[in-house]
Amino acid sequence: MQTAEAPSKTMPRPMFKTQYENYIGGKWVPPVGGEYFNNESPVDGSLIARMPRSKAADVDMAVEAAQKAFETWGKTSATERSKVLLQIADVIEQNLEFLARVETVENGKALRETMAADMPLVVDHFRYFAGVIRAEEGSATELNADTLSLIIKEPVGVVGQIIPWNFPLLMATWKLAPALAAGCCVVIKPAEQTPTSLAILFELLEGIVPAGVVNIIQGFGPEAGKPLAQHKGINKVAFTGETTTGRLIMQYASENLIPVTMELGGKSPNIFMKSIADHDDEFFDKCVEGAVMFALNQGEICTCPSRLLVHEDIYDKFMERVIQRTEAIKLGHPLDPETMMGAQASNDQYEKILSYIDIGKQEGAEVLTGGGPANSVEGGFYIQPTIFKGHNKMRIFQEEIFGPVLSVTTFKDADEAVAIANDTLYGLGAGFWSRDAHELYTIPRQIQAGRVWVNCYHDYPAHAPFGGYKKSGFGRENHLMMLNHYRQVKNLLISYSKNKLGFF
Amino acid sequence: MIAQTTSRVDVTPAAADIIRTVSAEHGPLMFHQSGGCCDGSSPMCFAKGEFRIGQSDILLGQIEGCDFWMSSDQFEYWQHTHLTIDVTPGRGASFSLEIPLGVRFLIRSRLFEPEESEHLAPVHVGPLEDM
Repeated sequence: MQTAEAPSKTMPRPMFKTQYENYIGGKWVPPVGGEYFNNESPVDGSLIARMPRSKAADVDMAVEAAQKAFETWGKTSATERSKVLLQIADVIEQNLEFLARVETVENGKALRETMAADMPLVVDHFRYFAGVIRAEEGSATELNADTLSLIIKEPVGVVGQIIPWNFPLLMATWKLAPALAAGCCVVIKPAEQTPTSLAILFELLEGIVPAGVVNIIQGFGPEAGKPLAQHKGINKVAFTGETTTGRLIMQYASENLIPVTMELGGKSPNIFMKSIADHDDEFFDKCVEGAVMFALNQGEICTCPSRLLVHEDIYDKFMERVIQRTEAIKLGHPLDPETMMGAQASNDQYEKILSYIDIGKQEGAEVLTGGGPANSVEGGFYIQPTIFKGHNKMRIFQEEIFGPVLSVTTFKDADEAVAIANDTLYGLGAGFWSRDAHELYTIPRQIQAGRVWVNCYHDYPAHAPFGGYKKSGFGRENHLMMLNHYRQVKNLLISYSKNKLGFF
Repeated sequence: MIAQTTSRVDVTPAAADIIRTVSAEHGPLMFHQSGGCCDGSSPMCFAKGEFRIGQSDILLGQIEGCDFWMSSDQFEYWQHTHLTIDVTPGRGASFSLEIPLGVRFLIRSRLFEPEESEHLAPVHVGPLEDM
């Protein structure tokens, strides 16, 4: 692992305003209570901006604005909604580098990733949902010669969305794009660690999204997130986060009897079969990279392939290369385009990850590389990419560390690989790597996860449904099927018969 | 109880201070250990009774007078470790009540010693009668 001493080509930090406001009914509105909180960058601890510390009264205003906007937006044609989504995508594309720098300063992730992954995915996601609603059709079924059943999809109404901090704009997009495409209006609360980028995006979108269709409430979870999740004026809640808050949100939703979708993380297995090492070729090289994908986004991804399962016969050969590749990860200033791994998103994340590295050592897991903090930039939160060898019952194999920490174990055959892979509370992602054409299908089918990457990992294209099994939640984002989570079915059952039934 | 039992959860003085501060504003509190993404693997602090405890939850003990809960399937993987609730500067993203103070509770863990394992405090499964 190399630590950059003096980043040579660090890109400029974007100019931020000193203070941002809530976005309600198409206007930038100060919080009712007049309180703000400091948003600091995990890159170096510097102040980004002051953000509104909203409370229930602000949420009330936002919900009201969304309800008002829904009277119109809920009736707009797919053509019109599609056009808005395409315009959003265009503005983001035109400002891609700027938004990537904003995202990097706010979240700490390397600019290389925000430029190549986060922002292009955001653009494409809006275009995807702009496209699918133009191609969609309802249905008409003739139940008998006189009776027709029409199925029409209607938006559920006002949606509350609670967004995580690991991909602030991309996760907001995964929720905003289908909701807007479906005809819903939104009250969205970004995470309090990363509140600014969404405000900046909507400054750029001035005049494109009709007033009140998207309302942004900033603030802390217990003060702003909770009143949003509990609000009687919302018709659905979408949440990405962890299990306890997920349960609490479902509890609130049960009180209002409204639907929820949840994405709650995982502890994803990444399985490497013996055949991958049959040749030392391009594919073997791809496999090595696939194992090192645990370090993408500093490991702060719900689908981080944090459990590496390697066939025992190839362990030495494969791990030698995996460790070598991990140690070649260039840490440094996240705004340096050459930096491969940036800062953890916050101090509490940093402390939590270190506490897991500590319990891993206590449980007897062997540190193969890394194992402690890194000092990339003064004042920031950096951790060495770390690989442990241990067994699947250890806590570092069972809990989502949400950091660049990989836990490796071996298996002797496919059955054992599947058993280890499925021995987890979660079922969001999994990876399976092999040269054997037969097992490429049969084994992934046995893995209890909503997304199994086969001979690849960490690809999130629109049009491939993404969501969890088991305690990883429910709902499928990234795909047109998400539209139905934001809609209900209206059935018109029409009789063309002139004759009465004859009962009365 | 005759033999001295080993507690499963403890709290650092700094975290106890924060619990008292939060409690002064919100009244009696409860904790539920989370799992999964983002702020998962962190303890969540709520007003007592705010989070609905079910048959799938286990009471590990009390810290600073607050019940500390965890889901039973998560407990399966955690039960061999002693948990200390600590606090660190930071900004979590969840509904945990200490967040507006600019601090976040976190768990520090250690393995139980063999002699401790023999005298572990029993756990309670499901809601308490006073809930």
